[in-house]
Amino acid sequence: MTSLNDIRKILDNPDPRLTEQLAQQSAALTRQYFGRTIALYAPVYLSNYCSSHCTYCGFHSKNNIKRARLTPEQTEKEMRTLAQTGIENVLLLTGESYKATPVSYLKEAVVIAKKYFTGISIEVYPMEVQEYRELFEAGVDGVTVYQETYLRERYKEVHLEGKKSDYDYRYGTPERAGQAGVRQISIGILLGLSDDVAQDLHLLYEHLQFMEKNYPGVEYSVSFPRIRTIKGREFALSLVDDAAFIKIICLTRIHFPRVGINLSTRERPEIRDRAIHLGVTKMSAGSSTAVGGYEILEKTQQEPQFDISDHRSLNEIIAMLKTQNFDPVLTDWRPINNK
Amino acid sequence: MQNTISQIQDPLTIAGETFTSRFLLGTGKFKNKKDLADSIESSGSQIVTVALRRIDIETHEDNILQYIPKNIKLMVNTSGARNAKEAIRIAHLAKETTLSNWIKIEVINDSKYLLPDNVETIKATATLAAEGFVVLPYMSPDLYAARELVKAGASAVMPLGSLIGSNQGLKAKEFIRILIDEIDLPVIVDAGIGAPSQAAEAMEMGADAVLANTAVATAQNPALLAKAFRQAVEAGRLGYLSGLPSQKSDAHASSPLTGFLYEK
Amino acid sequence: MKLIVNGRDKQFDGLSLQTLIASVSKNPEHVIVELNSGIVKKDRWEQTQLKDGDRIELVTFVGGG
Repeated sequence: MTSLNDIRKILDNPDPRLTEQLAQQSAALTRQYFGRTIALYAPVYLSNYCSSHCTYCGFHSKNNIKRARLTPEQTEKEMRTLAQTGIENVLLLTGESYKATPVSYLKEAVVIAKKYFTGISIEVYPMEVQEYRELFEAGVDGVTVYQETYLRERYKEVHLEGKKSDYDYRYGTPERAGQAGVRQISIGILLGLSDDVAQDLHLLYEHLQFMEKNYPGVEYSVSFPRIRTIKGREFALSLVDDAAFIKIICLTRIHFPRVGINLSTRERPEIRDRAIHLGVTKMSAGSSTAVGGYEILEKTQQEPQFDISDHRSLNEIIAMLKTQNFDPVLTDWRPINNK
Repeated sequence: MQNTISQIQDPLTIAGETFTSRFLLGTGKFKNKKDLADSIESSGSQIVTVALRRIDIETHEDNILQYIPKNIKLMVNTSGARNAKEAIRIAHLAKETTLSNWIKIEVINDSKYLLPDNVETIKATATLAAEGFVVLPYMSPDLYAARELVKAGASAVMPLGSLIGSNQGLKAKEFIRILIDEIDLPVIVDAGIGAPSQAAEAMEMGADAVLANTAVATAQNPALLAKAFRQAVEAGRLGYLSGLPSQKSDAHASSPLTGFLYEK
Repeated sequence: MKLIVNGRDKQFDGLSLQTLIASVSKNPEHVIVELNSGIVKKDRWEQTQLKDGDRIELVTFVGGG
């Protein structure tokens, strides 16, 4: 694996030729291992109740926002509406609240989701192995959990309260999901949260290598959300410009040819449309990041977790992909039962 | 030959024992015992394999052990075993001599290709490792089987380079590479090594050691070839340690992907 | 008595395993003995008496890969 120093040098090097070289390598590898497929999914925010205080997040516990949690009926309405757009893979999200959205609540949501979607992932609070196992058997295929930053000091600075302030527990989450038999695991860092992107990236790679080695049957993907402002307050300690962002995607592809690379609607259309040529293999489409955002937003009057930059509908994204000669994949093969 | 610095600082460690030589020698098929003794010496090998066979009670043969210096580690192979049970039996017999508790598990139930049976090998490894043997299983390079062997308690894995006696070199190269990358035990390439260049190739790739037998035993000058193997294994190892520049594939001319980042 | 030694019938007039081994091997030091599927340790060769029909395997080290 590339050393930390070399990663730093690559990120710091302003030479456009280096960027191009990385991109060519990354593109070739992506073509080799993924063909021209781009997996599509959309998020459903079930609840923004949260007991953690992450300074950078729109949902954090000290933020004075309206809280909402979908009832089963509301969940069903949301999912039905989303499913009608054609989405088959759904990512269920909640804030970090065992109390407001316990495992039983999540399980209920999964059971509803199974009626409408063929692929179900969750991005919720870290939990124990048996809890992941329970959700896996209920129909969850994938678990997404980002360390946000792997630098301990910075992690402590931005995660002030609640379970999320426990760095090690969070770090061990992908492993617990693996132990539970979960088949898809997604990790990532919030770019810009720390002031040392190179080191964060290097530690992420180590984490991923560890997971690949010990849980080889799992399908991995990584995400690199770039931090957004909330209500005008700037939480980024470093600026990850477009060139660095592209380099990060390419470096990841080069190090991990088989790992999926995910790009959400945080990124603007120009970046998303280019990034699929360079290593990205998964994107969200037609997203809403507010609780009840698909069907009942008026009712919940919820604020989104982050501002979306790409507002294109699923059909628009699919059309774009096809004109670019990509193969949009709405659903993937999955086992009949999760056992 | 003097130890190079790399040998001093780069020992081969198996089951807690360290060795300076990364070339293992098999003792089968030698025309005469003198060739064997000379080859062991010129090879610099510190680990040699022997087999167990019924005594020929008609002719009183010299015992092969007379030709193997006492300080050399003996590894008894279970050749002849067609399944785990037979391999375990041979290991128990070998243990009686208390000369060594190192066992090379060789379970072959195929007289056409002489391919090892990974499944039976895993079973034998589990039993014998639990009994305290130092187990080095000879196997077909398969990642799942190698992982099972690690779990079963093997002290190394010995993937075949190509079919026994074929001298075809590293036909299984890419599969061996996977084991080198993924398995934390020493990887000793065994079988099919017919020339020093092939041994060097295995070592350059990152193999921990190489075992050869047929090539040396059937050479016109076994002791000389044994010396060549010794040098090849050392050269290959140094090549690996020095960090060979990776072979870059040609850059294909294709339209630029990142121009958009820099245009105004 | 008739013994089966290494798979072959053999007439034997001695009594103990030790005697048998001495008669067929120059280097009993590295001989391993299986008597009726059980290994007989070296220190017991003298005391082990053979009887008609015993199956004995005498093995030793040979060259091998």
